[in-house]
Amino acid sequence: MNDFLAMGGYGAYVWGSYAVFFVVLAIEALAPRATRRRVLTELRGRLRRREQRNEPSA
Amino acid sequence: MNALTLWFHKTGSPPTAYRLAGRIMPWCYGLGLVLGLVALYGGLVLAPRDYQQGDAYRIIFIHVPCAWMGLFAYFFMAANAFIALVWRIKLSEVLAMAAAPVGAAFTFITLVTGSLWGKPMWGTWWTWDARLTSELVLLFLYLGVIGLHAAIEDRRQAARAAGFLALIGVVNIPIVHFSVNWWNTLHQGSTVRLMGPSKIDGSMIWPLLLMALATHVWFFGSVLARTRIGLLELDGGKDWVRAIALGETEARA
Repeated sequence: MNDFLAMGGYGAYVWGSYAVFFVVLAIEALAPRATRRRVLTELRGRLRRREQRNEPSA
Repeated sequence: MNALTLWFHKTGSPPTAYRLAGRIMPWCYGLGLVLGLVALYGGLVLAPRDYQQGDAYRIIFIHVPCAWMGLFAYFFMAANAFIALVWRIKLSEVLAMAAAPVGAAFTFITLVTGSLWGKPMWGTWWTWDARLTSELVLLFLYLGVIGLHAAIEDRRQAARAAGFLALIGVVNIPIVHFSVNWWNTLHQGSTVRLMGPSKIDGSMIWPLLLMALATHVWFFGSVLARTRIGLLELDGGKDWVRAIALGETEARA
């Protein structure tokens, strides 16, 4: 196991690369979820404002 | 209209595309994850040590697939930008802009892992070599497209302007690909080749190709996730979006 982690002395480079790979792809996959929530909240706000504007005249 | 154009228009209409993307997306992410993990096991555990580079070469299993993805994503973005500019198809505008951040992520990983590989093998983190420089230009092109798209308020105008920039940037793609042949670079030439035999052993090539497949599938999952958001923004005033925003239909997934 220690041999595996050491990667023949290149452990820091190899595991560093894999860490970057996983972290960047995780952020990349989670980002749309946050954007989606923000877009839907914005849309709801816009719809509510439009309804309020329409109510007094109706 | 014949059956094919009819099908095309129906599938390309935002609500249908939104629903279809939502159905395919989780499969892409899931398949990408499973294939990627198998490829990692093959690359990190099963594949033998390299006779020259020792274990440092194992960075290849993510570096090369991500580099391919950077180019593939650009091609995908530019092709959709072209369709969007010529035929004004909304879905293509959204697809093109959805590909930009994913391509940028893969290009960023390529640069960083390349740097981490270059330090022990070349003795330097960075050098202004043709391959490295053109890859950096690729990242800047992605960032330019993303920035331009974000800077213009009108979603359709933004997609058109950013798509135009993406098309101009296509000149960089052959430069990235052929840089190792055109110039005498520090970066090595192609290891895996379509024409002629690859310069890599079978025990090392299958994890590499499997990881390439995994990143492609993952790419489509991510593009679809972003496409769905782009469609919601584009059709903000329409009834189908209203229904999703207010939770009248299942807004999840």
